[in-house]
Amino acid sequence: MKRWFARAGSPLSGNTLTLPGPEDIARFVLSNGIVLLARSNFNTPSVVVSGYLNAGSIFDSDEKLGLSDFVTSALMRGTQSRTFEQIYDSLESVGASLGFSAGTITVGFMGRCLVEDLPLLLEILSDVLRHPIFPKKEVEKLRAQLLTSLAIRAQSTGDLAALAFDEMVYAGHPYRRPDDGYPETIRAIAHRDIVEFHRKHFGPRGLAMSLVGGIETEAAARLVEQWLGDWQNPQQPDLPVLPELRPLTGVERKHVPLPGKSQTDIVLGAAGPSRTSPDYLPASLGNSILGQFGMMGRIGDVVREQAGLAYYAYSSLSAGYGPGTWEVSAGVNPANVEKTIELICAELRRFVQEGVSPEELADSQANFVGRLPLSLESNSGVAGALLNIERYNLGLDYYRRYESLVRAVTPEQVTETARKYLHPDRLAIATCGG
Amino acid sequence: MFTKTTLQNGLVILLKEIHTAPLISHWVWYRVGSKDEPTGKTGVSHWVEHMQFKGTAQFPASMLDKAIAREGGTWNAFTFLDWTTYYETLPADKIELALRLEADRMVNSRFDPSEVEAERTVILSEREGNENEPLFRLGEAIQAAAFRVHPYHHEVIGDAADLRSLTRDDLYAHYKTFYIPNNAVLTMAGDFETEAMLRQIEDQFGPLSSAPSPPRLNRPEPEPQGEVRLTVEGPGETTYLQVSYHVPAASHPDFHALAVLDSLLAGPSNLNMFGGGGISNKTSRLYRALVDTERAVSVHGGWTATVDPFLYTFTITAHPKYRIEKALTALDAELARLQDTPPSEEEVIRAIKQSRAIFAYGAENITNQAFWLGYAEMFAEYGWFTSYLDKLAQVTPADVQRVAQTWFRSNRRVVGTYIPVEEGGAS
Repeated sequence: MKRWFARAGSPLSGNTLTLPGPEDIARFVLSNGIVLLARSNFNTPSVVVSGYLNAGSIFDSDEKLGLSDFVTSALMRGTQSRTFEQIYDSLESVGASLGFSAGTITVGFMGRCLVEDLPLLLEILSDVLRHPIFPKKEVEKLRAQLLTSLAIRAQSTGDLAALAFDEMVYAGHPYRRPDDGYPETIRAIAHRDIVEFHRKHFGPRGLAMSLVGGIETEAAARLVEQWLGDWQNPQQPDLPVLPELRPLTGVERKHVPLPGKSQTDIVLGAAGPSRTSPDYLPASLGNSILGQFGMMGRIGDVVREQAGLAYYAYSSLSAGYGPGTWEVSAGVNPANVEKTIELICAELRRFVQEGVSPEELADSQANFVGRLPLSLESNSGVAGALLNIERYNLGLDYYRRYESLVRAVTPEQVTETARKYLHPDRLAIATCGG
Repeated sequence: MFTKTTLQNGLVILLKEIHTAPLISHWVWYRVGSKDEPTGKTGVSHWVEHMQFKGTAQFPASMLDKAIAREGGTWNAFTFLDWTTYYETLPADKIELALRLEADRMVNSRFDPSEVEAERTVILSEREGNENEPLFRLGEAIQAAAFRVHPYHHEVIGDAADLRSLTRDDLYAHYKTFYIPNNAVLTMAGDFETEAMLRQIEDQFGPLSSAPSPPRLNRPEPEPQGEVRLTVEGPGETTYLQVSYHVPAASHPDFHALAVLDSLLAGPSNLNMFGGGGISNKTSRLYRALVDTERAVSVHGGWTATVDPFLYTFTITAHPKYRIEKALTALDAELARLQDTPPSEEEVIRAIKQSRAIFAYGAENITNQAFWLGYAEMFAEYGWFTSYLDKLAQVTPADVQRVAQTWFRSNRRVVGTYIPVEEGGAS
């Protein structure tokens, strides 16, 4: 990492040459409490704006699941002063983009433009967040589009296996539900539900954003204050308290038949740590060894390289607010499903029984540290990193401390963490295919 | 700073210094792709690409992955219609590893017979995964219908029949024929000093011997003889329509006017392979004519820069309430409108600004910059990329109308429909 700091004599002295840290991340709190993290990058003529607010599907009722997603998709369909056409015409004419997406806890947004068009982008961002009117005609068009997306999801072996997996791992917990709902819940959503959800849940409270690109941070903050600083919504509720997750008590299986498909998708695993848990980093390194490092870690080696059963076979750790998942995914010929599950389960058993070697851990640690500059080379990469800092309270110096945090993890910690979350006799196994 | 040079053995080298981050992206491109595959050997280029990750005597398979991953690097490879490429993006002080690895596997890959067999099932599995997607099935049928003679006839991954019958010797012969320095282009962008880097490259690649130029399949597609219509049936709930027009190669002077046409009809395609982010297309003519009016749920247009003439494809997702024919009628009406009346000056200026933004976004990414150095070289030369925005700025409304008239006639197209069927389907 030394070279990262020691580029004396470089023709450019832009601050992208250092990892983001306290002296080059500017953190502003607007007059209404919105938090903005900004960082300049004068090597690019463009800017990325990214953020989130607490208006995710966690607030949806079971009967109208997908409401948050519907509202989010409809924000840009018209405001008090702009039509759908005008909104997109302004953005697309200058090659700018702006998009929203709903998750379980938060609604996220991301926009990008050339620096010269940042005032326009922020003006539109502010308008669609604060003053959408959800024109009825547009809402119905959107409903047809959402229903088509769900029809496509209903034919995706990967999506359906993942949904079945969540239903088992998160049984009795709000995270068991898909954020985009079901056809019947999307049909049940009335126009007034959309208006009401927006009125209640969209506001400055809990809103954090990041802005990265070719602009001074102070100037960026003034612009954001101008467009969002006076937004108020006293009605915004607190996030609901999440219930305890009931751990799996045995091996649970669910198969979703999709006749005519040439490949079956497998998703197998259990609950994992939250992003703020002290277990996160050891689990993350363990996951790298299990199913990521090199050509998809130990799982890839056994299922793809040795057995030749799958084009993809890997593990992933999904960690955010509340309980995450630790899962293995593979796509195989329907005739090879049982064989593949057996191989994966045998690998999981070996993983928790034998643990990881110091050499394996050192490899993954080197990978985590070494890939950091690459993940932070673009404005969008840095914007995402800044939002992580704010969302999970990691500290402005997190990316400077990252190497020592990673290197401090021991093989024993990784093994202990794996044993805490992965039990070969307590797994959810979901399959979908022909 | 940009440099282009050629080693004595014929290896072409393009270097671009970019000192914004301590990273280097290194690519080796081979002029071989699915268009070099005769019937019976389809998929051989892609399979060879897979075998290039199976190791050499110096770098056994597992060691390769680990060596790159340990340095925090990323690497991958792509096989396309016209070319096959391998890249590594690494911290700048570790780039030596990439040079050694690529020089080594240009000539020393083992193609161990047992590895070939293990990879056969992996690739068949990759193909089965593709076949799960309605648009893969439809696209494959359209390509086959559009190209009767030219080897763009088949998908890059190859036909299952050939994937079952290709032998280790087929793969090895393909490798030995095409993986030679005088059929390769090395490109690199990032944080290095050109002169020192050239010496490093010379050290690694200089000793490799040139070989006879590979034989090329030369089977130009005859002019289309009229519209072709086809249907593909399979599992699903959603109907898709793809309409593909024969359009010229990337080096053709009409390419830039076609880019403007693409932008105003369907929203600008993002030609960047990494980064760059897309721009939405909700004010494009076709979105207005098809989606706003609820004749379809979505419409996209897309094409790619190719060595020989390939296809421009509109992809339309049917509206659940309406027949797909309505969408085709609306598409035809929009094409006719452009053929009859040139677009406004404003629309052309807008398309140019959109491209400028997409290029700016793509420039943030070192890997993408090195990608362009080689990609442009495959079908033209790097100047194609650097002059792209200027050429675009010269496009006139009359040019856009003319290319619409020339290339988007119905007798130059294949119209394909994916029809979802109940359980069991036609698979």
